[in-house]
Amino acid sequence: MKQAETGKKAWRNDAYSKVTGQAEYCDDLKVHGMAHAVPVYSSEVHAEIISIETEEARSFPGVLSVITAGDIPGEIRYGQIYKDYHMLADDRIRFNGDVIAIVVAQKREQAVAAAKLVRLNAKPLPPLLDPEEALKDGASLVHEDHIFEGKSCNITNHHKIRRGNVSAAFKECDFVIERKFNTQYIEHSYLEPESGLCIPRYDGVMEVMGSMQHPFSTRRFVAAILGAKLSDVEVRSVAVGGGFGGKDDTAALVCARAALAAKILNKPVKMTYDREWSFRESYKRHPYIIYYKMGIKNGKIHAAEVKIIADSGAYCSVTPWVTWRSTVQCCGPYEVEHVHCDTYGVYTNNVFTGAMRGFGSPQLNFAIEQLVDIAAEKLGISPVEFRKQNMLRQGSTTITGQVLDTHTVSLDQVFEETLKRMDYESKLAKCSRGRADENSDELYGTGLALSYRGMSLGAEGMDFNSAIINVQPDGSILLEAAIHENGQGAESAFILIAAGELGTSVDRIRYRQPSTSNIPDGGTTVASRGTIMGGGAVVTATRELKRKLAMALCCRLSCNPGDIRFFNDRIYGKTDDVFLTYEQAVHEMYLQQEIPYAFGVFKAPKVSWDEETGKGNAYFTWVYGCQAVELTVNRKTGKVKLLNMTAAHEVGRAINMPMILGQIYGGMAMGAGYGLMEEVKVKDGIIQNTNFNTYKIPRAADLPEMQAIVIENGDPLSPSGAKGIGEPANELMAPAIANAVYNATGIRYYSSPLKITVENENNNK
Amino acid sequence: MKTTINNKVYELNDEAADRNLLDYLREELDLTGAKNGCGKGLCGACTILADNKAVKACRQKVSFIDGKEVLTIEGMSGPGGKLHPLQQSFIDCGAVQCGFCTPGMILTAHAFLLKNNNPSRDEVRKAITPNLCRCTGYQQIIDAIMNAAVNYG
Repeated sequence: MKQAETGKKAWRNDAYSKVTGQAEYCDDLKVHGMAHAVPVYSSEVHAEIISIETEEARSFPGVLSVITAGDIPGEIRYGQIYKDYHMLADDRIRFNGDVIAIVVAQKREQAVAAAKLVRLNAKPLPPLLDPEEALKDGASLVHEDHIFEGKSCNITNHHKIRRGNVSAAFKECDFVIERKFNTQYIEHSYLEPESGLCIPRYDGVMEVMGSMQHPFSTRRFVAAILGAKLSDVEVRSVAVGGGFGGKDDTAALVCARAALAAKILNKPVKMTYDREWSFRESYKRHPYIIYYKMGIKNGKIHAAEVKIIADSGAYCSVTPWVTWRSTVQCCGPYEVEHVHCDTYGVYTNNVFTGAMRGFGSPQLNFAIEQLVDIAAEKLGISPVEFRKQNMLRQGSTTITGQVLDTHTVSLDQVFEETLKRMDYESKLAKCSRGRADENSDELYGTGLALSYRGMSLGAEGMDFNSAIINVQPDGSILLEAAIHENGQGAESAFILIAAGELGTSVDRIRYRQPSTSNIPDGGTTVASRGTIMGGGAVVTATRELKRKLAMALCCRLSCNPGDIRFFNDRIYGKTDDVFLTYEQAVHEMYLQQEIPYAFGVFKAPKVSWDEETGKGNAYFTWVYGCQAVELTVNRKTGKVKLLNMTAAHEVGRAINMPMILGQIYGGMAMGAGYGLMEEVKVKDGIIQNTNFNTYKIPRAADLPEMQAIVIENGDPLSPSGAKGIGEPANELMAPAIANAVYNATGIRYYSSPLKITVENENNNK
Repeated sequence: MKTTINNKVYELNDEAADRNLLDYLREELDLTGAKNGCGKGLCGACTILADNKAVKACRQKVSFIDGKEVLTIEGMSGPGGKLHPLQQSFIDCGAVQCGFCTPGMILTAHAFLLKNNNPSRDEVRKAITPNLCRCTGYQQIIDAIMNAAVNYG
């Protein structure tokens, strides 16, 4: 184990442009002759469309076009897994955020004004809003043509784990804890709302720029709506103001609609969402209903029976993938012999749900990490001790039968480091447990949570990535990987990895603004896979370039190719007095008609999964994390004050330490929002809070000082040694808070966000 | 109407007076460093300074800046693009991630440090509370502002 030093100066390739206001986000771009498009919604939640009247809107000054589903030349319905999303509603309104038309005008304010003049004639249908009702036989169907396992129903997917024999195992247990948990809708709250700018180009290509985290997914949506080939669409990257998983389908849909308008009008069209539209239409983190039964025998978690119901809302999006991770990780980072898990994704007429940072783990961790504390208390031992008795260690077997022996299982390290830094156990002894000091209304508590997390996509999808490295005639280097910069610092990490491999300074390397027409589809920038997959590809490409350089330069450097060394921004032969600069090296290559260019691919090592039994090596490697919190709860007002948040995370190898710290701090903050503040409130299918006055995300004053501990154990299966940190940092703080609130108040909360009940003044416990 | 923006004098015609200030800065003056994150003055991404006071441009009309000295993020750096110490500090402390909140955050911090060049971390925390950031948890932003304070005074 190497514990990284902190306090190093940060470096990012885009930092200068971001602190000067020069960084161009999609809505900052202007193109000659550009028109503006806006979406039109209806007041309906579920309705059959009879007609959409657009005449009045069309005659509004400045309006160029009002576009409805009938104008789509390509596919009306699209989606990442099921093609169930109507990019413009055609037959039915399935949720309140369905877009029924697009208004395009010379000026945005004209389009906004005209959008109010579009009229929908529709026959309202009773909305299906309860996911448990939607699961029942005979429930009305959200998608009449949807068939799952041979029958029409609302189920999008059913994942299972069948390990051991739970019913027999429960009988052997000393006690069984049975609880129901509910988690809420979360809005990603990226600071930049969605935007897309589409330009019909002279060569027949539709050029797309947008605020997105998956350019290749955007390209598929755009090509689908236009009825075009993938090669007819080029998606280029611009600065993105945060994604957190939320700028996949939704961002692609905005770009697809802008492209449709651009195609119809044959002119550039920009479509920028305002915050209210973004809240209304964009997918959310799934609310879960979790029925959990945990059996304890001899101080060990002996058996777990879990039923998970995830509300997918009106469209499937990536619900099967999100809920698959929940299934794989349904027992947390503990060894459990007997597991029976059934996870359902289900259609309703609520806002649709999809990827969000954590991707199915925050919901489960909220349940598991509280259950573990409950079990410890029933046993009369400390929750620290109970975790130590049950947690995964080197060589442990996961609940899907995967033996953890290909990497360092660092759960004990992250746990011990957190305990030490917090002085946790002595603080645990000081918790109020519902009894405040005589002169104070503040109840003190501390709590923590542990997790493990499968890296990258695992058995949920194809997993590989590529990179291109291209040395220019003057020795400068262009680098590109098929991972997207959403603000997290992916480009900077890749430059640092390449510079490390080549022994050059970062100044020599420029990250090429990526385009879907230049590099092959490397999948989406989600699943904390940017650094591990993109970085892996960068290492592969860089090593291939080094091989080419060594082959071509060995004669000139009077040595064997294997003797060539790359450091000090030069290329050396056997001794330090024999070297070439990069410029000289490229010149030599050109003389030999060799191109100093390399393409590298990193293919994720093999994973496996059996849908029926839930057995398999679900992910090729894992990361481990621990987060803890200290807080007070005011027993009169219920107000929670966070005093300190501490995290320890294993990252494989740290590439850009200040950015890792930033991910951890930001993840803890978002996790605190999940635990205490944030909730998209839906009433009768309509979202009630659509801006930051009513949907509250943590502000600076809501948060305490934070501490982050980064643990490095290079991963042999990652070419760069690095793993990922984006999601692990966001999946632990809510349960840590729930445990701390319990330790403060003596009251357990089984729903997130925690709604603290205020103690009756005369009822001091 | 007459205003100074980033040390440049602008004569604005009266028809502009009732327009939204943020839209005007972005669309007419091409000062796109101020961002529209919420349109309701809730996120602070549109923050500019008017007479050294932090102002949410999305909540103001153009007439608001009549006779005032305005500073936007484009005016923070010096000749030749030399960064203001506060901007450099944001870079060095890792306070920049997606960058969408960064211009507003820097300007809010600038207005604060002009008034208080020896703040506590809690005072900084309070000062940037009007500005939302979803990436950083504010920790390194506070580091950056504390680190830059020595340059004010």
